[in-house]
Amino acid sequence: MSSNVITVPVGQTEARPWVDELHQWLTTVDHKRLGILYIGSALLFLAVGGVEALIIRIQLMHSHNNFVSPEVFNQMFTMHGTTMIFFVAMPVLFGFANYLVPLMIGTRDMAFPRLNAFSFWLSFLGALLLYFSFFGGSGLYGAGSAPDVGWWSYAPLGARAFSPGHSSDYWTLALLVSGFGSIGTAINIIATILCLRCPGMKLNRMPLLVWMNLVMAGMVLLAITPLSAAQIMLLIDRYLGGHFFDTQAGGSAVLWMHFFWIFGHPEVYVLIIPCFAFMSEIIPVFSRKPIFGYPVMVAATVCIAFVSMSVWAHHMFTIGMNSYANSFFTLTTMAVGIPTGIKIFNWIGTMWGGRIQFKTPMLFSIAFLFQFLVAGLTGIMMAASPFDWQLSLSYFVVAHFHYVIVGGILFALFAAFYYWYPKMTGRMLSERLGKWHFWLFLIGFHLTFDVMHIPGLLGMPRRIYTYEPGRGWDTLNLIVSIGAFIQAVAILVFLANLIISYFKGARAGNDPWDAWTLEWSTSSPPPAYNFAIVPTVASRRPLWDLKHPEDPDSRYE
Amino acid sequence: MAGLIIAESAIFTIFVVAYLFYLGKSITGPTPREVLETPIFYTICLLSSSLTIHLAAKSLERDYTRLFLGFWLLTIALGGLFLYGTAQEWHRLIYEHGLTISTNLFGTTYYSLVGLHAFHVTAGLIMLSLVAIFGLIGRMGVSQSDRIAVLSMYWHFVDAVWVVVFTVVYVLGR
Repeated sequence: MSSNVITVPVGQTEARPWVDELHQWLTTVDHKRLGILYIGSALLFLAVGGVEALIIRIQLMHSHNNFVSPEVFNQMFTMHGTTMIFFVAMPVLFGFANYLVPLMIGTRDMAFPRLNAFSFWLSFLGALLLYFSFFGGSGLYGAGSAPDVGWWSYAPLGARAFSPGHSSDYWTLALLVSGFGSIGTAINIIATILCLRCPGMKLNRMPLLVWMNLVMAGMVLLAITPLSAAQIMLLIDRYLGGHFFDTQAGGSAVLWMHFFWIFGHPEVYVLIIPCFAFMSEIIPVFSRKPIFGYPVMVAATVCIAFVSMSVWAHHMFTIGMNSYANSFFTLTTMAVGIPTGIKIFNWIGTMWGGRIQFKTPMLFSIAFLFQFLVAGLTGIMMAASPFDWQLSLSYFVVAHFHYVIVGGILFALFAAFYYWYPKMTGRMLSERLGKWHFWLFLIGFHLTFDVMHIPGLLGMPRRIYTYEPGRGWDTLNLIVSIGAFIQAVAILVFLANLIISYFKGARAGNDPWDAWTLEWSTSSPPPAYNFAIVPTVASRRPLWDLKHPEDPDSRYE
Repeated sequence: MAGLIIAESAIFTIFVVAYLFYLGKSITGPTPREVLETPIFYTICLLSSSLTIHLAAKSLERDYTRLFLGFWLLTIALGGLFLYGTAQEWHRLIYEHGLTISTNLFGTTYYSLVGLHAFHVTAGLIMLSLVAIFGLIGRMGVSQSDRIAVLSMYWHFVDAVWVVVFTVVYVLGR
């Protein structure tokens, strides 16, 4: 780490015509630009998926509401689920991985830059295909119809007889295409991490974010592919007259469920592990302490990846598996709680005795810890198969997984946005708007998803477009809907913050948080070549070594 | 490439699982026992192409370009022969036994599993042919041997998958 204070020559900054600029963005193979494209497209679809959620909540605000027809309601929850998982959560996490991994391991770009661009455009094409169904879902002549069979598209609902027209085909193709994009990105991340680390960056010195993205990419390879295979089978069924999921010819609807959830459950971990990664970078910096238990964190991540591959059928307790299968999946599901618990203790251990700075990224991180814990606890409740028989397909489940995805993943993402936005744009996000965003979103979140557990316990099933009055669900649903709108306002504050701070935010400088990983050693935003001199590292906190030559970490390793 | 192979293995695993799951579940005939014949000759072709591509890659490493080209073309020929075998088998099944992808579950799973593999063989052959063209116009040298090693890894994978498919379809499946 001797000569690694990188003085970056400022590039030519003459203004180019916007067509030129656009052309550069569309043809870029730079990992940073692709990362921002991923994140930008995810934000776009976050808004779209959010509007769909609001339509759902308006419809359920009180009993016998007629805001949308039952058909539209079905389309809304299908599109909301599909969009949020495949075209918001996956791309935004890939975007951060793309942006941060090469910077953190001190290299110039991803291993396969063109594959990287190809993967992004594939997944974006997937999103466009899905939304094209609104216009072309019934063929070119008729009015469109979005897919309306739920984001699982359970057999036989996905079959030709039950979803005529092309809406399901758009759904299938969208997931297939974006799935190939995900596989490409995963291969790229793995190759980058294994082959392109800078001198001295041994595996056990990699930042935890890099470690966890490595594990995530490995999981993508094994988890997305079953979905792709199942989609190919569904296409064969729909177009070539195959019988994979056709029960009348001896096919099995349950097999689709198995294939879907072999993808579906590891997918949850594909999404949450990069969020663990954000936490593992952000919490130490704002606690002013190195991460507690680095090797254990790595081991726990790998452990989660392994165990989560064998828990999928806990989504299927109600289909009537035998008691051995039920017990197996109950036990494996509960076992995932152990490494996850280790992580939570490690983050608390990192905060313990630290000088905690309550900046916006840290606020979101602390909320993440609390909410992810609660989400995990309701998860353990439902891992017990008898309890699940009672509550499966109720709003309790909806509340549980939104607690994971919104309370866990989205909060971690917001923390990441506030933490790395200065690096990406060179400007700080406004702390004042950030606090508004945080508190509004926190209140809205808890109003919505805490309360949502109760109608579930009272027996309200999911995916119903309306309900009878007098069941005690009305007030609760009204509160849930109000919470949803508060969250929407908070998101607007966030988007406003992103835009206003881009033009008016305070200059960030290279290292606004006094952090320790390599991305903060280069300028903000980093130049196309990232590092003028390839850095050499001697410990897990290269920038600490640089700033404190009298007491470097490398002395203790 | 190793990453791609892991991902591809997962896809094949799902198709193999579907094949095994639906064994004997067809409501109507024909059944595998009635119509399938073990393609021993074509299997030997495909498996020996693994050997020839290995020898080709080794020759290129030592810069024996002519030897490389010979083994490479032999590999393509063996792979092409295998594809021809698959095509002939499908032709027989469709025209003599009336088994298509929509006939019954066996047809659905058989054609998709074997077809998925044949698709990979085809993709492999296209890549091999590209290399052959480069070889014939004299552009292949020792500097390309790393890329050839990656390509031959893919080809070995396709062959290894055939061992699994063969076992499942022609040995266990009958």
